[in-house]
Amino acid sequence: MAEVARGHYFVPEAAKWPIVGSIALTLIMGGFAAYLNGSALGSKFSIVGFILLVVMLFGWFGTVIRESESGTYQPWEDMSFRLGMSWFIFSEVMFFAVFFGALYYARVLSVPWLLGEGTGIETHLQLWNTYSEIWPTNGPGDLGESDFHMGWWPLPFLNTIILLSSGVTVTWAHHAIKVNHRAQIIIGLFLTVALGFLFVYLQGVEYIEAFHAGMTLSSGIYGSTFFMLTGFHGMHVTLGAIMLTVMLFRAIRGHFTPERHFAFEAAAWYWHFVDVVWLGLFIFVYIL
Amino acid sequence: MNAYATHADDHHDHHGPAPGLMRWVTTTNHKDIGTLYLWFAFIMFFIGGFMALIIRTELFQPGLQIVDPHFFNQMTTLHALVMIFGVIMPAFVGLANWMLPMMVGAPDMALPRMNNWSFWILPFGFAMMLSTLFMEGGAPAAGWTLYPPLSLQTGDALPFIIFSIHLLGISSIMGAINIIATIMNLRAPGMTFMKMPLFVWTWFITAYLLIAVMPVLAGAVTMLLTDKFFGTSFFDAAGGGDPVMFQHIFWFFGHPEVYILILPSFGLVSEIIPTFSRKRLFGYSSMVYATASIAFLSFIVWAHHMFTVGMPLIGELFFMFSTMLIAVPTGVKVFNWVSTMWRGSLTFETPMLFALGFVVMFTIGGFSGLMLAMTPIDFQYHDTYFVVAHFHYVLVPGAVFGIIGGVYYWLPKWTGNRYNEGLGKWHFWLSTIFVNILFFPMHFLGLAGMPRRIPDYAVQFTDFNQIATIGAFGFGFSQILFLILVVKCIRGGEKATDRVWEGARGLEWTLSSPPPYHTFSVQPVIK
Amino acid sequence: MNLSQRVSGVLAGAALALFTLPLWADWQLNLTQGITDISRRVYDMHMMVLWICVAIGILVFGAMAISIVKHRKSKGVTAATFHESITAEMLWTVVPFVILVAMAIPAAKTLIAMEDTSDADITIKITGHQWKWEYEYLNEGIRFISSLHSDSREAAVLDSGIDPATVDNYLLEVDQPMVLPVGKKIRFLLTSNDVIHAWWLPALAIKKDAVPGFINEMWTNIDADKVGIYRGQCAELCGRDHGFMPIVVEAKTEADYNQWVDQKLAAAEEVANSADREWDMAELMEKGEQVYGSTCAACHQASGAGVTGVFPALAGNQMVLEDIESHIDVVMNGKLGTAMQAFAAQLGDVDIAAVITYERNAWGNDTGDVIQPAVIKATR
Repeated sequence: MAEVARGHYFVPEAAKWPIVGSIALTLIMGGFAAYLNGSALGSKFSIVGFILLVVMLFGWFGTVIRESESGTYQPWEDMSFRLGMSWFIFSEVMFFAVFFGALYYARVLSVPWLLGEGTGIETHLQLWNTYSEIWPTNGPGDLGESDFHMGWWPLPFLNTIILLSSGVTVTWAHHAIKVNHRAQIIIGLFLTVALGFLFVYLQGVEYIEAFHAGMTLSSGIYGSTFFMLTGFHGMHVTLGAIMLTVMLFRAIRGHFTPERHFAFEAAAWYWHFVDVVWLGLFIFVYIL
Repeated sequence: MNAYATHADDHHDHHGPAPGLMRWVTTTNHKDIGTLYLWFAFIMFFIGGFMALIIRTELFQPGLQIVDPHFFNQMTTLHALVMIFGVIMPAFVGLANWMLPMMVGAPDMALPRMNNWSFWILPFGFAMMLSTLFMEGGAPAAGWTLYPPLSLQTGDALPFIIFSIHLLGISSIMGAINIIATIMNLRAPGMTFMKMPLFVWTWFITAYLLIAVMPVLAGAVTMLLTDKFFGTSFFDAAGGGDPVMFQHIFWFFGHPEVYILILPSFGLVSEIIPTFSRKRLFGYSSMVYATASIAFLSFIVWAHHMFTVGMPLIGELFFMFSTMLIAVPTGVKVFNWVSTMWRGSLTFETPMLFALGFVVMFTIGGFSGLMLAMTPIDFQYHDTYFVVAHFHYVLVPGAVFGIIGGVYYWLPKWTGNRYNEGLGKWHFWLSTIFVNILFFPMHFLGLAGMPRRIPDYAVQFTDFNQIATIGAFGFGFSQILFLILVVKCIRGGEKATDRVWEGARGLEWTLSSPPPYHTFSVQPVIK
Repeated sequence: MNLSQRVSGVLAGAALALFTLPLWADWQLNLTQGITDISRRVYDMHMMVLWICVAIGILVFGAMAISIVKHRKSKGVTAATFHESITAEMLWTVVPFVILVAMAIPAAKTLIAMEDTSDADITIKITGHQWKWEYEYLNEGIRFISSLHSDSREAAVLDSGIDPATVDNYLLEVDQPMVLPVGKKIRFLLTSNDVIHAWWLPALAIKKDAVPGFINEMWTNIDADKVGIYRGQCAELCGRDHGFMPIVVEAKTEADYNQWVDQKLAAAEEVANSADREWDMAELMEKGEQVYGSTCAACHQASGAGVTGVFPALAGNQMVLEDIESHIDVVMNGKLGTAMQAFAAQLGDVDIAAVITYERNAWGNDTGDVIQPAVIKATR
């Protein structure tokens, strides 16, 4: 880690937003749990919690942005933010790794065992001797009665092009920030956000196609891994696009200087992260 | 780390905390947040302990006397979740909050607002977790490992326990990020990585483990949620999944988690023993490398928790060999501690007693761990009281003794008062005697064939169970002494010097006792 | 003699006394040596590792003890200044590694032997249920359920007032034990019907999980001279009555085993024939009470009152009182997502007919309905 110039490290005064955030999270999660148990009130709690969370995020980030714009942060503080964001992204990588791991386990271990490979001979003979589907599969119980296979052509391929292009445009905008080219920043960000939402839209189109073919979360391990991986990815794309939208509005209001624009970089890192996850998805979920 | 040159703290930033309750709710000060974490852990320690006493009371004699088996299972499940996520982890984070900035010469934690949030998620998460006790179908009763399909039979509690685990995970990840940022970015000039105190090192490595594995747990419980409520079949063979897949994912989290629960205690003991031996830590760099090796190995040994699930032979062999390897770096640590004491000038104040207790009893837990690593004999030990004895030896007289030792070590620094040494020694001896009465007979029970997680047992297991229960009550009540001692120490007592201990080294001892609200606003320079 | 020496002397004396007291003679302190070649190898390895640990422990704790006694400040010792030694560090890295390798080799050999299930003489499929075991002798065509003995079940109720010490083999006795011949290689195929269980018999030194949807394999070969009864328990938390599903194996000579097989087959045929005849209410109620006690009472309770919030009450239950078809359906096919199993696979026609009749007429459920075994047979 490069040594940064040190002066007085900024330690903020009392913070009121974290406790609001805790209450919001509790309401969202507790409400959702109650909803799952069939309580009518549950979803209402969740909605209140969600509104509270949005208020908290505006409040908290608003404070940080005001501090940033008033020159409170020096490179020293900036470095803490960078470390925070990069390790947060690492934790997200590990979250996705779980679902990739589940896909790997199903394809390399559990499905072949059920088919009688390796140590699974007796499993196949005694319990599932009529099962013969390799992949995609909805399992020996033929769950959901769909063996629809989502190919990589054309929508997923198009989506790959879209997401990779958005990676280029966000980098283009980043270069613009470094030379303080305001118009290019705004155009670059706008294109990125637009491509991001286009991606989400096309993902929705693909889901509808899948539903029409009868494929859902309940279609065995293929449906489970497909929707969980692409679904969580889609949520992260949406989140990333929202982050970039905020950056777009900040850019329009004249925020960011060539030297200090960490918020933009954080959003861009996040965007590259969802980009890379998508490449993994494209290869492991669609092609292989 | 022998020559610290420090500036006196400047008086630029000496405003005190806001008055009243809101101080604690809104604080961004690492000392306040450390205090909150430590008290939270202490309260949860008594709650989790109370559950343990319900378990031990039911097991005092064969037959069912006080609770229904279903409630018994709820108690074992919640006892584990509370002790792991509510006691040991928050206590470590509390110690880190208090001490890391002071040990590396930082003005505070790197991200103070997020620090507040890390703590203030916990009470909500645990409120949600404990509220499941009052729900239809009771609290989760499938064990803290939540293995499906059994965990999917949980009643209304299931989504609540899953979301409370999500909350605790968010808190842990934020806490870990904060610690990494503090250590990487806020060390005083001249404090290179290889000059950092070992407590800082062990926490640094622990924080990486946390960030790497808490999301894995989140993913695992999310799959439980979708299997139960959204029709996925990750853990259902009929859909092509496998219940054992959950165990693989869970223990990929779970084994690093085990080291999350012990590495900071390694660090604490590595601070305490040199101080009271008046001698530098033996083999500092090998301690660092051993800790890093343990952390690395923790990612490739997970399946030793599940040798009986019917893995292919090659898997059983691999995980046996990798697990046995852990004995090497762990051994290095123990040998280093003993060598640190060797030809030192030892005194036996309470922190040292707890550290010595730690070394001996953690090593006993390590030995049984080595036995458990051997797959063919693990088939006999697996899921018996032998395992219960093993992990309680490493967690109670291991991790918890480390924490208690750390608290005694720094309590005079925090409060400015010396604690009552006589009471401290009573606390140590009672705890040590009872903890062995509590857990040692469990080895015999396991070897004789008593499975774990049963509310009732065959009559030949009666005697050892009765001994263990007596030990449990003794140990539990001994901790009240600790509470009394801490409260007395906060309220007053002989004034502590800045250095507190004759053999103490390190930046934290250059500060006054108690330290000012803000410390090291201008960083010291380490030569 | 200073204080610490005196204390350690007292402790050593106490430990010695503890282990020599006659009282301890009948307490099992150690692993069983078991009744197979594998179990003895496991035992020997257990002892070997234990002694290695004890030896290392004596070295480490001994060094510590010397330090604690001799290198104390109160004796006027000033601390040495050494704080590293490459030689020592190398030594205590390499030596433990060598010891580990020496331990790993025999362990790997034993493990490979334990996992070799080929060339078995007899194959038995074990299926775990909440909370009983089902044993199916695949070649012989025998199948039966083995559940906790009723004496233990009656005592193992909250405030039962029965002293467990008065119950023979409390919690370790079943209604029908698994019977195995000695001197034969027996292969077990292990699976489960609901949640994960684990089949463990310490005397055989084998334990494996019964995982729903998958088959695990293990094997044993009991010594020819080890005829007798051996006991174990489920070893994986499987719900409320995890502690109440014991495993009992009766090892018999080959001749006795064959005789047992013949008896079992004859009894099974008799039961199958009885399904076709008309049964009267009293017969069904008697049979039903028996089946209910061994199959249903663990959850729904002997009183039919269930457990609030967990297991529904059958006494006064609307479905039981009004809807015969649903009642039969639930008993035979289970209820998805709950602990209610599909009993069609576990119980015979007579048993199902009897237990449904019993549930519809016991505890004040006076519907008067009589369900004939033939009806159940037709429903299958």
